[in-house]
Amino acid sequence: MEFVTPPPVRRLSGTDADLPRPAWRGPTGRPNGNGHSNGNGHSNGAPVFAGRHPRVAPASVAIDRMQVEGLSVDYGRKRAVAEVSFPIRQGEVLALIGPSGCGKTTLLRSLNRLTELTKGASTQGRITLDGVDTATIEPTALRRRVTMVFQQPNPFPMSVFDNVAYVLREQASRRPRKPALRDAVEEALARAGLLEEVRADLDHPALRLSGGQQQRLCIARALAANPEVLLLDEPCSALDPRSTQVIEDLIVKLREDVAVVIVTHNLQQAFRVADYVAFMYLGELVEYASATQVFSAPREERTKDYVSGAFG
Amino acid sequence: MTNAQTVAAAPLPPSATRRNESSASWRLTDRIGLAFAWFLGLLFCMITAAIVLYLLVQGITYLRPSLLVTNPSSGFSESQTGGFLDPLIDTVVIAAMSMAIAVPIGIAIAVWLSEFGRPAVLARVVESTIEMLAGTPSILLALFGTLLFEAPWLGFLSRTSGSVVFGRSFFAAAAMLSLLALPLVVTSVREGLQAIPSHVREASYAVGKTKTATTRRVLLPAARPSVLTGSMLGLGRVIGDTAIVVLLLGNTVTNDPSGSVPILSTLRGTGSTLTSYVFFNAPTGDGDQPGKAYAAAFVLLLMVLALNLGVDLVGRRGRSFRWSS
Repeated sequence: MEFVTPPPVRRLSGTDADLPRPAWRGPTGRPNGNGHSNGNGHSNGAPVFAGRHPRVAPASVAIDRMQVEGLSVDYGRKRAVAEVSFPIRQGEVLALIGPSGCGKTTLLRSLNRLTELTKGASTQGRITLDGVDTATIEPTALRRRVTMVFQQPNPFPMSVFDNVAYVLREQASRRPRKPALRDAVEEALARAGLLEEVRADLDHPALRLSGGQQQRLCIARALAANPEVLLLDEPCSALDPRSTQVIEDLIVKLREDVAVVIVTHNLQQAFRVADYVAFMYLGELVEYASATQVFSAPREERTKDYVSGAFG
Repeated sequence: MTNAQTVAAAPLPPSATRRNESSASWRLTDRIGLAFAWFLGLLFCMITAAIVLYLLVQGITYLRPSLLVTNPSSGFSESQTGGFLDPLIDTVVIAAMSMAIAVPIGIAIAVWLSEFGRPAVLARVVESTIEMLAGTPSILLALFGTLLFEAPWLGFLSRTSGSVVFGRSFFAAAAMLSLLALPLVVTSVREGLQAIPSHVREASYAVGKTKTATTRRVLLPAARPSVLTGSMLGLGRVIGDTAIVVLLLGNTVTNDPSGSVPILSTLRGTGSTLTSYVFFNAPTGDGDQPGKAYAAAFVLLLMVLALNLGVDLVGRRGRSFRWSS
């Protein structure tokens, strides 16, 4: 039995100035009258991690979309999320971090009431979307306003076009036919940065795309409903580093139009994309603060230990 | 999952790459076991090959194209007894009718079991009913069918004479044959649905789709290879069954329609399929025309082999593009 020296613990220390953060480029492109901008912030070939200053959105850009108030989720007798409260804002990327089994994913899934589909799950507390209690919104309507992307790329077994059009069509309907939908589908694909790659293959089966393309198709699908909030559950954990970078760039760009919440197991990823970070531990929300603060000067001892790699 | 992929991608340690180790280094018992496994494997291949070859030779000897286009007739020699046009057509008709019943019902049951399945007690009852049906000898289903279709209120499905219902017809046989195919369809479709990772369902719910929309547009298309596989397996079972056909299709060698409405009269009447034709013409049967039996059996074998090939192809194609769980 050979003894292997453990890799050195990567410590994040120093001031904000030491932190390599992608530059905040501000809202780019002009509004298209739909609440979205045709931003092209990352297509000019500039290095993504150019700036040294924290990439935090100006407060004026941030709009409160959701409020989580005293949320608890139980699976039978096991408490997965305990009394959690925090806001979710458009214009910011919120990263949920924490060790495995700390309730990040459960928390994310309760935002669009997907937890209700799990047997034995019960929820207390209140979540509002634009001031309205989500419990009073019809679940299918809520899930079109708060859409979700999953850990594994999961395009539906249909063409690339139909994957996006499926979201736009009425429930199980196959109508309206293509011409009427084309613009909306292409817009969603463009927002996910996939349109140029798949323009010729819109009628090909989506499951033949590469993993990274599949995941961006899933993002396009989630964006097609024109949601206020986009939930991402470890969207890059099944992808290679290149695809991961493409999707991270996309996430940063998307926060202008939608509130983005990303669950990630990967601290570096949270560090790269997040404006705000919520650190969860054993179901509790230990710390909710700006990314700058969580990574450089966390208030809580547990947060400090986690981000410095002492556990997790 | 992610970790496992990472590990698999890393170069394997030397011990794991040494795949082609010689069985000479094994213990004696293990070597005997290996030899036994080889022996049995080859034995079963040989038995199957023998059956196919035997029927192939016999079939080629006795099969004439004219047999496929002439109807059976009574007689005492091979030249008098005609071909098996009606049994051939009836095989196709009865298979189509049975599958028309079994496939939609089977899909419905599988979807309900896999996606809804509440109350759980009812689901368990349905499950064990399907299992019991799969294990029921077809002669029992046939016997039950004769009782059922002799009921006066089902008289419109078969020949009647006064108040007596004959109870043997295409409808009766197809209904009971569909019960043979049903468990295979249900099991296959259900496995296909359960093989779809739950995150695919949730992805559909997460864009505001209902359970029914998800089932129709995402789950059933994804389970299509399983639907096809189950249908083909069921079809093979239906085509190959003899007991139900002999008891419920009336076992008249040619079609014997009942009534005056063109197609309905045939379906209400009696007939025979390739299996019952073989049964009738086998050396121990009433017809005793072994040459005709071999020819018909050969055609039957070809149909079943084609189905198995189809199952194989569909299964292979269905596996190519899937989600990771």
